[in-house]
Amino acid sequence: MGRVVIDVMPKPEILDPQGKAVVGALARLGFKEFADVRQGKRFELVVDGEVDAEVLERAAEAARTLLSNPVIEDVVAVRVADQP
Amino acid sequence: MRIGVVTFPGSLDDRDALRAVRIAGGVPVPLWHGDAELHKVDAVVLPGGFSYGDYLRCGAIARFAPVMREISRLAGPPDATNPGLPVLGICNGFQVLCESHLLPGALVRNDHRHFICRDQRLRIEATNTTWTNGYLAGEEIVVPLKNGEGGYVADDATLDRLEGEGQVVARYLEVNPNGSYRDIAGVSNATGTVVGLMPHPEHAVEDGYGPGTDGLRFFTSALQGVLSA
Repeated sequence: MGRVVIDVMPKPEILDPQGKAVVGALARLGFKEFADVRQGKRFELVVDGEVDAEVLERAAEAARTLLSNPVIEDVVAVRVADQP
Repeated sequence: MRIGVVTFPGSLDDRDALRAVRIAGGVPVPLWHGDAELHKVDAVVLPGGFSYGDYLRCGAIARFAPVMREISRLAGPPDATNPGLPVLGICNGFQVLCESHLLPGALVRNDHRHFICRDQRLRIEATNTTWTNGYLAGEEIVVPLKNGEGGYVADDATLDRLEGEGQVVARYLEVNPNGSYRDIAGVSNATGTVVGLMPHPEHAVEDGYGPGTDGLRFFTSALQGVLSA
């Protein structure tokens, strides 16, 4: 079985309220060295067999079509999952 | 005149929208998300709620429902075969319309990170739409608002175009409840047939059941528009 990892992040110009909540919580816990946090999503897509170029392209298409909203998000990575 | 209201898994305000259609004098037609048949409705309402639990993104999964494929096809730019089905998306329905690209922009989490529930004052700005022709330009109304992810966002070019073309349907007054850019509470498509609105007009259609009846004209407007077509 192969796995494809897709990372989606909010576009840099979009306000990220969740990230703001997280950086505030970090600061309250004493992690004051982090100036900002932006929170995204990681998807793991499982396929039978190996992940080849065609599988990666289909995963990228799935990322553009459903897994991200191009108005407010960027697909920042589509890659083969690291081997365990 | 038949106005359909779609029920998705997790829709909350579908029954109130059907009720608003009935009070306005229309024939309310429940539409099931899995049914691609629109049952000869003249217009459609996408109601508020939490379709698919807001999983992935609000409206992101509902936009691919069989009923939405048919609605998207009919609500797109009008041509010889397609008159442009009127659609009103309320709250989650607005999110579905943006995810479907029937309206520009997107709705994101409220900037203050709270779910907000309040009677909200709005200014109606575009009265040439199917859903607002019963209001006066600049008229102020009060309808309930309840959302956690109601912040309307779009890039500056899109916002300038919407404002320039008169596609900003309503703006928040007194309080911006969710961080929407330029206080935008609702927008329309270029032909004024598809309108998305974050507040809930269907909760202000009968005295004693909300902050007055300011929302009723969203529904009576649609009946007028089709009757005069």
